[in-house]
Amino acid sequence: MNPVNYLYLAALLFTIGATGVLIRRNAIVVFMCIELMLNACNLAFVVFSRMHGNLDGQIIAFFTMVVAAAEVVVGLAIIVSLFRTRHSASVDDASLMKL
Amino acid sequence: MENLIALLIAAPLLGAAVLLVGGRRLDAVGQWIGTLLSAASFVFGLILFADLLGKNAEHRTLTQHLWTWISVGSFQADVTFRLDQLSMTFVLLITGVGSLIHLYSVGYMEHDERRRRFFGYLNLFLAAMLLLVLADNYLLLYVGWEGVGLASYLLIGFWQHKPSAATAAKKAFLVNRVGDMGLSIAIMLMFTTFGSFAFGPVFSHAGDASEGKLTAIGLMLLLAACGKSAQVPLQSWLGDAMEGPTPVSALIHAATMVTAGVYLIVRSAAIFNLAPDAQLAVTVVGAVTLLFGAIVGCAKDDIKKALAGSTMSQIGYMILAAGLGPIGYVFAIMHLVTHGFFKAGLFLGAGSVMHGMNDEVDMRRYGGLRKYMPVTFITFGLGYLAIIGFPFLSGFFSKDAIIEAAFAKGGTQGWILGGAALLGAAITAFYMTRVMLMTFFGEKRWQPDENGNEPHPHESPKVMTIPMVLLAFGSVFAGGLFSIGDRFLNWLEPVTGHSEGHSPISAATVTGATMVCLVIGVGIAWAQYGRKPVPAVAPRGSLLTRAARRDLLQDDFNHVVLVRGGEHLTRSLVYVDHTLVDGVVNGTAAGFGGLSGRLRRVQNGFARSYAVSMFGGAALLVAATLLMRAV
Repeated sequence: MNPVNYLYLAALLFTIGATGVLIRRNAIVVFMCIELMLNACNLAFVVFSRMHGNLDGQIIAFFTMVVAAAEVVVGLAIIVSLFRTRHSASVDDASLMKL
Repeated sequence: MENLIALLIAAPLLGAAVLLVGGRRLDAVGQWIGTLLSAASFVFGLILFADLLGKNAEHRTLTQHLWTWISVGSFQADVTFRLDQLSMTFVLLITGVGSLIHLYSVGYMEHDERRRRFFGYLNLFLAAMLLLVLADNYLLLYVGWEGVGLASYLLIGFWQHKPSAATAAKKAFLVNRVGDMGLSIAIMLMFTTFGSFAFGPVFSHAGDASEGKLTAIGLMLLLAACGKSAQVPLQSWLGDAMEGPTPVSALIHAATMVTAGVYLIVRSAAIFNLAPDAQLAVTVVGAVTLLFGAIVGCAKDDIKKALAGSTMSQIGYMILAAGLGPIGYVFAIMHLVTHGFFKAGLFLGAGSVMHGMNDEVDMRRYGGLRKYMPVTFITFGLGYLAIIGFPFLSGFFSKDAIIEAAFAKGGTQGWILGGAALLGAAITAFYMTRVMLMTFFGEKRWQPDENGNEPHPHESPKVMTIPMVLLAFGSVFAGGLFSIGDRFLNWLEPVTGHSEGHSPISAATVTGATMVCLVIGVGIAWAQYGRKPVPAVAPRGSLLTRAARRDLLQDDFNHVVLVRGGEHLTRSLVYVDHTLVDGVVNGTAAGFGGLSGRLRRVQNGFARSYAVSMFGGAALLVAATLLMRAV
């Protein structure tokens, strides 16, 4: 099977993730969309690794997973404490950082 | 012997320090401390004078180096004193007349509570004036110059509870500041031109500088002299300075400080000799002032202001002579010394009259005082005869010499300057005779004041009359002593140089013409104030009289031209500042403010809108990268 198709799939997943980040208000959903974007990238890396015949892309994919795991820990903690103080998980309610 | 020079200054300086710092416990003896230290300075002066007389003319310059004041690179200012024939003359005049006036003040200020402070200021003045004439460089001279200005300010405003005295002091200080600016600019010019402002290097290198620079330095020195010596156009402070106690008027505003301008010009002879344009300006200032002061003196009813006009006029003679160059330097200083005697004597006489008349200064309220104050009458009368140039008294010799020198300038200038000097002599005779007749002759015109106290004119105590008598001796004999055998000329010539001019008319003719002027002046005054009684209330008078009563509109002129002009200038500058400068600054600020107000809306706090801009930016970067690769 042509590996380019996997790239199309990766681009599709990334676009779905980005759109979700931009249009959804629920912090959990936004978070999941970010994960979607990261995994789209991982897929692209692995495909490139396969296409070029070296292991660089696969190694970077592991790095991405580590970073994503750390991000999940910090991000979920923020979301939980946000929900505790404001009783809402909407990202638009947390809009105090403005002039 | 050189080491005595510093003591000349140290004695009065010590007096000033002791009296001003000593406090109330010195109130009882303060006046004698001041007088004693002033006399001590005079004694040091006499010792040095005897020493100089014992030397050959070319060895009569003593210098004393005390310490280096400022030394930065080529900028070298030393505290060095120079005692030569010129400064010696001034030292004797300042300490001699100064001591007599200290003595007089003991009597005059007897009932003043702040007497100790008064003597402290007088001593401070003496120290500063001695520093001025003994300095060996222009910067040290400037210190003395400012010092006498300060002392003058303090003493004019000594009775500061009177608003008029406080204002007069401020006026004198401010007008002098204009002149001082001239001196400081002259010193800076000297430093850039000669690399030094010590007398020696400046005078010896004067020939190397361009005439334009010398003229600039000369004109700035003239400006300084105008301020200190109350010459037109900076003359307006002297009349008001009469608000000070009379001994101050006698010492500072007649005999010594106001002559500092003449000293400055004669001392800078080396510069003026090479700058004919500056010299011409000096003579013009002198000639204008001698007529200006004389006309003002004719119209004043206040005895001290009449004498102040006279002082201005006589200093005009000195400045005129100093501007004539080597023909006139010696005579300028000679007239300065004789004037020091007779004008100080006249002022002390006026003070004595005021002392006996409950401080009344209006001559229309005097009259017939010769019977009540015989000593004052005789001493004042001798001073009067000296100033109008009565034959063989001091003024006769010194003023005649200046008139002759003015004619000897030659050409049209000589005729104009000589004519002005002759006319001045006639007016001098007129106004001094007027003062004399209104004060000592005629019927008594005094009346009880508002409290019903009628003045009881009486002779002043001995402590006041003795200085007047001594000064009267000076007024009578100084001129003859100096002139017969050319003693003063031979004494001063090594410092100032001297040359005989080419007078178009003989000396005898000049003397004759001066005598005719004298008789005319006295005659007119007699006809007006001697033959008929003096009205107790001043008549309206002619236009000139009314203008002269207002000091020939000097204050009105200053007000309209300088005060109003300055106000208009500052107002227009403020307008430009508010509209143009502030407009540009405020406009820029408002523009940025509006722009940032719009930009601020981007920061709306919604995380998703930030995410959109981030994605947009990333998309743009990717697009740009692809575009660059395609190209």
